Amino acid sequence: MNSRHDILIVGAGPAGMAAAIELRRLGFAPLVVDEQSAPGGQIWRDVERPRPDALRNALGPDYAAGAEVAGQFRASGVDYRPGTRMWHIEPGLRVFLSQAGKAFVAEPKALLLATGAQERPAPIPGWTLPGVLTVGAAQILMKGSGQIPERPVWIAGSGPLPILYMRQLVAAGGQVAGYLDTTPRGAALRALPHLRSALRGWADLRKGLAWMRALKAGGLHIEKHVTDLVATGTERLEALSYRTADGKAHRVEAEVLLLHEGVVPSIHGTLSVDCAHVWDEAQAALRPALDDWGMTSVEGLYVAGDGAGIAGVRAALARGRLAAQGIAARLGREAGAAEVAGARAELRAASASRGFLDAVFPAPGSSVEIPDDTIVCRCEELTAGEIRAAARIHRGGPNQVKAVTRCGMGPCQGRQCGYTVNRILASAYGQSQADVGFFRIRPPLKPVTLQELAALDEGREAP
Amino acid sequence: MTTPDVLIIGGGLHGLSAALHLARGGATVSLLERRFVGRHASGASAAGVRTLGRNPLELPLSMGAMQMWHSISDLVGDDCGFVAQGQLRVYETDTQADRELARVAALRAAGHENEVMIDQQTLRGLVPGINDKFIGACYAPTDGAADPHRTLVAFRAAAQQAGVQLHEGSGVSALSRDGSRWTIDSEAGRFSAASVINASGAWGARVASLVGEEIPMAAKASMMMVTERIEAMIRPVVSIVGRSLSFKQSSQGTLVLGGGIQGRYDLDREETTLDFRALAAGASAACELMPAVRGLRINRCWSGLEGKTPDLLPVIGPSTVAAGLYHVFGFSGHGFQLVPAAGAAVAEMVATGRPPATLSPFSAARFTTRDVAA
Ligand SMILES: Cc1cc2nc3c(=O)[nH]c(=O)nc-3n(C[C@H](O)[C@H](O)[C@H](O)COP(=O)(O)OP(=O)(O)OC[C@H]3O[C@@H](n4cnc5c(N)ncnc54)[C@H](O)[C@@H]3O)c2cc1C
Repeated sequence: MNSRHDILIVGAGPAGMAAAIELRRLGFAPLVVDEQSAPGGQIWRDVERPRPDALRNALGPDYAAGAEVAGQFRASGVDYRPGTRMWHIEPGLRVFLSQAGKAFVAEPKALLLATGAQERPAPIPGWTLPGVLTVGAAQILMKGSGQIPERPVWIAGSGPLPILYMRQLVAAGGQVAGYLDTTPRGAALRALPHLRSALRGWADLRKGLAWMRALKAGGLHIEKHVTDLVATGTERLEALSYRTADGKAHRVEAEVLLLHEGVVPSIHGTLSVDCAHVWDEAQAALRPALDDWGMTSVEGLYVAGDGAGIAGVRAALARGRLAAQGIAARLGREAGAAEVAGARAELRAASASRGFLDAVFPAPGSSVEIPDDTIVCRCEELTAGEIRAAARIHRGGPNQVKAVTRCGMGPCQGRQCGYTVNRILASAYGQSQADVGFFRIRPPLKPVTLQELAALDEGREAP
Repeated sequence: MTTPDVLIIGGGLHGLSAALHLARGGATVSLLERRFVGRHASGASAAGVRTLGRNPLELPLSMGAMQMWHSISDLVGDDCGFVAQGQLRVYETDTQADRELARVAALRAAGHENEVMIDQQTLRGLVPGINDKFIGACYAPTDGAADPHRTLVAFRAAAQQAGVQLHEGSGVSALSRDGSRWTIDSEAGRFSAASVINASGAWGARVASLVGEEIPMAAKASMMMVTERIEAMIRPVVSIVGRSLSFKQSSQGTLVLGGGIQGRYDLDREETTLDFRALAAGASAACELMPAVRGLRINRCWSGLEGKTPDLLPVIGPSTVAAGLYHVFGFSGHGFQLVPAAGAAVAEMVATGRPPATLSPFSAARFTTRDVAA
């Protein structure tokens, strides 16, 4: 059952599909795995599924464009295994995967992680109440099963995704009760220096502005520079309270609240094999340090797509192609100079508006204090106050805090609390978030059952 | 320069326990830890509190430790999550049964009553759902397990309350003897102390070599797996004769699987890497032991670095080459249980200048003497 492929691509979103298509074109036979049951990744989740016109229109042309890439991907004849999770990488690029309840091992010469991004956790008091979820999760429901919330939803946060989602939701017949924009005052001003570069990515920006205008014209209730957001309720969400820019406190009834504070690269895979990472100040997140082809500090291990730093779908496609060209060269087959130049130019163009977007939608930094009673670690139910108390006694980094509190030891592997702990410690010690760093990552990267793992033992030769 | 009576190298549980007992006895104590308290074996431990199946040479110390565990909050002001849920060693064949019976009989003849033999029916009562193929077990009902992190927090707090000065991020790089005192160089600066205790775990032999003493020691990187939480289903800690598996349910409801399955390590980088092929054997043993756990998801795996001596017994005693230096390291994968008693014995040794009888099997001299005899 073990794979004999020279190239393994993990993730069949835009970056992974683009890489696979390019590698096929260059005469290689990569294996592509993805835990989802169909290609598309997050942005193009379930893009191949036939659906009513109304929903297709609501999701918009950028979503529909994914069908074409998925079609090329299918037609490329690539060996694609959906429903397959990668759960561990051992040094020397020995990769552990599971499909249909059976574990297997791949030992590729090149491994491309195209595992995308995750939403940055947005901890506020009450965010674990039923009825509170993330914008990303709500969008998955819409793309996957066409689910539209029946009742008006409150949306709170910052970033391009809430705007896109609100537009899709309204177009699909849903209702927004109100948008509590938490973008701090002054962000727009700080973004101005990036505007010139951003104008080269004008089409994207214009789209965002047009959506916002349309939403406002439709009567969307918007509050700007919202702070002190709290979700309350006994069994489930019942009300929200927040403060508006004029300093006034508000309280509204609410049934559903969708939170979003931007997305961050998924770095568990690269952290787990000790790839070098850099702290991206503008995005307040870690990303793997990469060469021009997307190769990490570990030989043969590549990253493409939002896992390389948040840059969106167009950049993901270009980075996927570049990684494929780098891998091809590494395995002894150069892609043509024109193709390489084309991919590089596309990546530059696609990245033009990034600095502007990062500045317009800054991540909440360590200066915004998370209230003591806010849950930080959902798995172990630990609050910000408990993390601060451990920091006061032990004065240690994230790993020491994890050891004494269990924060980050649960099934999410710190995906829900890593950056929050980082922020709290940075503020407690007066250090930069870059200096505080992240948890050490313990395998498995994804849960694997005892039985799945045991299956590897049966395949063992007798000593 | 700081001038404590005793300087301890290593902030694992053994360093902390020795520090606590010494400070309570009136000594001024500084403890230097290269990374942070509990960074290595002590923070990675399965924290089994086990007399079951121990080398008889360790039993006098281990029995003393067991008594201390049963009232551990008297020592450190917290119960350390210790629960005396019992420990079991199950077997499948008659040959194994005979061998275990003989072992337990010998123990009893030597006056140790910690283990009893139980039949299959009693075993099934203790471990509902255990595979029928296991026909009986040795059982130590007063054994149990603790929570390693709580234990670390409790020993650390108790040591600090007793006056121990803790310095984390303070590796020791040199030791030299000046008349009747030691000079110790570390990242926290220079110290001068009448006595030095080497509690540096997997790096114990390296610290010994700072004074030119050679102690044969390898290392090990035991691996652990922990599953998602499930309802309470088994109380005792279960291990299998002839296999590397220990199996228990924590107070959080997770299953914690270990038992000395080995990963890889790098002493210079102070790092371990997991070997999933080896862990697969552990998973397969767990599925065999309790078929009902097959579908449980593994949440997290880790391993910890610990010293491993040729006879798998720790080194606890005075240095063979330098006066005023004492060793307490090399617990070879089963030192957690010994923590409270080993610290007390080390404190006594430093105070009186001679090791108590319970420590006689663990002298550093045993390697040199045996080498000479060979
Ligand atoms: C996975 C695992 C499971 C285990 N399960 C059990 C069990 O169930 N039951 C049981 O009884 N035992 C168990 N053990 C063993 C037990 O945990 C150890 O024997 C015990 O914790 C050892 O404590 P220590 O203080 O000697 O070592 P450590 O905790 O390793 O402490 C040594 C410390 O010395 C420091 N150090 C090293 N060199 C220097 C230097 N030059 N300067 C300053 N500091 C230095 C290190 O950083 C380290 O923190 C297990 C061990 C492991 C790894």
